[in-house]
Amino acid sequence: MAELTYRDAVARGIAQEMARDPDVVFLGEDVAKAGGVFKTTVGLLEQFGPLRVRDTPISEQAIMGAAMGAAMTGLKPIAEIMFSDFFAVCFDYLANQFPKSRYMTAGQVKCPLVVRTANGASVRFGAQHSQSVENWVMMIPGLKVVAPSTPRDVVGLLAASVRDPDPVIFLEHKGLYASKGEVPDGEILDSLGTARIVRPGKNATILALALMVPRALAAAEKLQAEHGIDCEVIDLRSLVPLDMQTILESVGRTSRVFTVEENPRLCGWGGEIVSLIVEEAFFKLDGAPVRITTPHIPLPAAEGLEDLALPSVGRIVDTVRKALEA
Amino acid sequence: MASQIAHAGATPVKPDDIGEELRLRLYRLQVEIREAEQRAYDLFLQNLVKGTSHLSLGQEAVAAGFAAAMEPGDLTFCTYRGHAHTLARGASVEKVLGELMGRDNGLLRGKGGSMHLTSVEHGVMGSYAIVGAHIPIACGAAWRAQYKGQKDVTTCFFGDGTTNIGSFHEGLNLAVIWNLPVVFVCENNLYMEYTPIGDVTAVAHPAAGRASAYGLRPVIVDGQDADEVYRVAKAAIEQARSGGGPSLIECETYRYSGHSRADPAKYRPEGELDRWRQRDPIKVYRARALEAGVSAEALGAVEREAKRKVDEATEKCKAAPPPPVEILLTDVYADGGSAWRN
Repeated sequence: MAELTYRDAVARGIAQEMARDPDVVFLGEDVAKAGGVFKTTVGLLEQFGPLRVRDTPISEQAIMGAAMGAAMTGLKPIAEIMFSDFFAVCFDYLANQFPKSRYMTAGQVKCPLVVRTANGASVRFGAQHSQSVENWVMMIPGLKVVAPSTPRDVVGLLAASVRDPDPVIFLEHKGLYASKGEVPDGEILDSLGTARIVRPGKNATILALALMVPRALAAAEKLQAEHGIDCEVIDLRSLVPLDMQTILESVGRTSRVFTVEENPRLCGWGGEIVSLIVEEAFFKLDGAPVRITTPHIPLPAAEGLEDLALPSVGRIVDTVRKALEA
Repeated sequence: MASQIAHAGATPVKPDDIGEELRLRLYRLQVEIREAEQRAYDLFLQNLVKGTSHLSLGQEAVAAGFAAAMEPGDLTFCTYRGHAHTLARGASVEKVLGELMGRDNGLLRGKGGSMHLTSVEHGVMGSYAIVGAHIPIACGAAWRAQYKGQKDVTTCFFGDGTTNIGSFHEGLNLAVIWNLPVVFVCENNLYMEYTPIGDVTAVAHPAAGRASAYGLRPVIVDGQDADEVYRVAKAAIEQARSGGGPSLIECETYRYSGHSRADPAKYRPEGELDRWRQRDPIKVYRARALEAGVSAEALGAVEREAKRKVDEATEKCKAAPPPPVEILLTDVYADGGSAWRN
C-alpha cells in the first residue's frame, strides 16, 4: 500500500495495462517525451518505447481516428485528448464513429478503445479548458463513460476500461490531479457500472462524480456536525453503465436525493438520474429531488467567479439543509 | 504546381504486363460493378431500395484496378459511395443489394444501409458517411500493421470533396510522420456534391496539388483506364508493404449519375456527360481486350455471367425477409445488447 497522487495513478494504471498486454498502445499530444501536460504519463515512453507510446501532432481527429482504426483491427489503444473541451473538435469520432460502428455493421466491427481526458473546472482555466463534458458523451448510445474520484479508482477503473470491449470515455478530473490517496500494491482491476457508497447515511442521498465527491463528503461531514443531518454520499464512478440499483436502494432508505454536478444546469446528468428516480421510486420520496449544478453559463476564469459557479461545500450544505428543513 | 505533377499514365510500360487472366479479371470486376449498380438504380425506381444511395457508375475502373492490385488480407476503407469498392473486394452482390433493400440477407442485416457497407471477411473495413472521417481511421489500421509487424496494406478511397476537410490533412500528416503502410486514393469525379470541385479548391488538382505539402509525390492517373489504375495501385501498395510509407493518388474520373439519388445533376455543362461516356471505362477496356487478343466469346461470357449473377441476387433479395424486429436493440455494446444501466 502506497500513497499516490491521482496524477501518478494515471501513469501507474496505463503502465499496469501496457505491461500486461502488448496490444495496449498509447497516443496523444505531448504524452511521450514530455510526459503529458499534466505530468500524468511520465515514464511511459522510457518503459514501453516509442512504438507503443506515441506523440502526435495537434490533430485531435487524427488521434481519435487512428485509435479507432487500430482498435477495429486488433489493438487496444488508449488515446489522450489533452482537455475534454477539445472533444468539440473531434466530436465526429465520439458521436458518429466509435459508438455506431458495431451497431451499423451488425457486430462486424469492434471498437475497444479508451479515450482519456482532463475534464472539469476549479483550476481557473476559463471557459474552453474547464468544462465538464460527461453529459456530451453520456447521451450517445454505444459509449461508456467513466469518471474516477480517487487514485485507487483511477488505476482500477482505467484497467477495467482498457479491458472493456466497448469504447470508453475516461474522464480524469484536472482539479484532482494533485490529490492523494492510498493505492494497494500489485494489480488493481475494478468493474465499470458500480457506484460506491462512500459515506453511509440515513437522512438524504447525495449523488456525486469526480471532484464533486470530496466536496459532497465534506458537506456531509458539516451537515452532520452542524445540523445533525446524516447524508449518504454515493460516488457514481461511471455514468454508463449506470448503477441505478445502488441509487434506488439508497433513495429507498433515505427518501431524499440531491445530485451534485459540474455540468451546467440544462441537460446535465443529474436531470436524467432525477427523472429515473422519479419514474421508478416516486412514492419512496419525501420531497422533490434537488439538483446542485453550475448555472447555465460558460465558466469564468477569475477564481472568485469560478468558485461561485461551481457547486461548493457551502452551497451543498445550504441546499440540503434548506430542503430538509422546509 | 501543375507542371510538377507527374501523370502516371505517361510512363512507358512493357508491351503486355497485364496478361489475359488479369485482363479478364479487371473486365469482370468492372462489368459486375456496373451491372450491380445499374440494378440498384432500377430497384430505386421500383421503390425497392429506400433512403439514399450514391452510385459509382462511370468510376468502376478505380475500384477494379485497386482491388486487383490488393492481396487477400489487405484492407479497404471507403466512403458512402462504396458499393463498387465493397463488391470489388469480393462481397456478394446478393448481400450488397440485400443491404440496399433493407433485407435480413444484407451485409449489415439492414442496420447500416447503402452508406455503410462493410464486409470485414473481405477486408472491407467500412464505408464512412461523414466526409473525411475514415482518413485517420485508415491510418490507425495501418499503424496496427506497422506495430505488429503484419504485412497487410490499407487503402483508403475518398472523393475530391474530402480534400477540403480537416481530417484529410490531419490524416495525411500523421501517415507521413509515422511512415504508415497506407495508400490514399482520391476519386476526383469533378464535383464535390453539386458544386464543381474547382470552384471551391485552392489548387487545380484537389489531391495531387496537396501532396507536396506532406512531402509526398503528386500522382495523377487516368481513372477511366483500369490497367493504368492497376499499375499505379500495384506500385503504391508494394511501396507501403515494403516499408516505403504512404502514397496519395488522384484518379481522374467521372460519375454518370448525380451525387445521390436526390440529385438529377442538372448543374453539369451540356455535353460533359457525353464526352466522358466516350471514354467509358468498360467500353474502352472491352476494345482494348479485343485488341490484345481476348476473344469476343470470353468477354461475352463475362457479361452474361455478371448479368446472371445480378439477376439471381435480385430475385433472392426480393424473396428475402426484412430484418427481424429483435435486432433493433442488439449490437450496441459488446455484450450484444443496448443496456446502459442495471
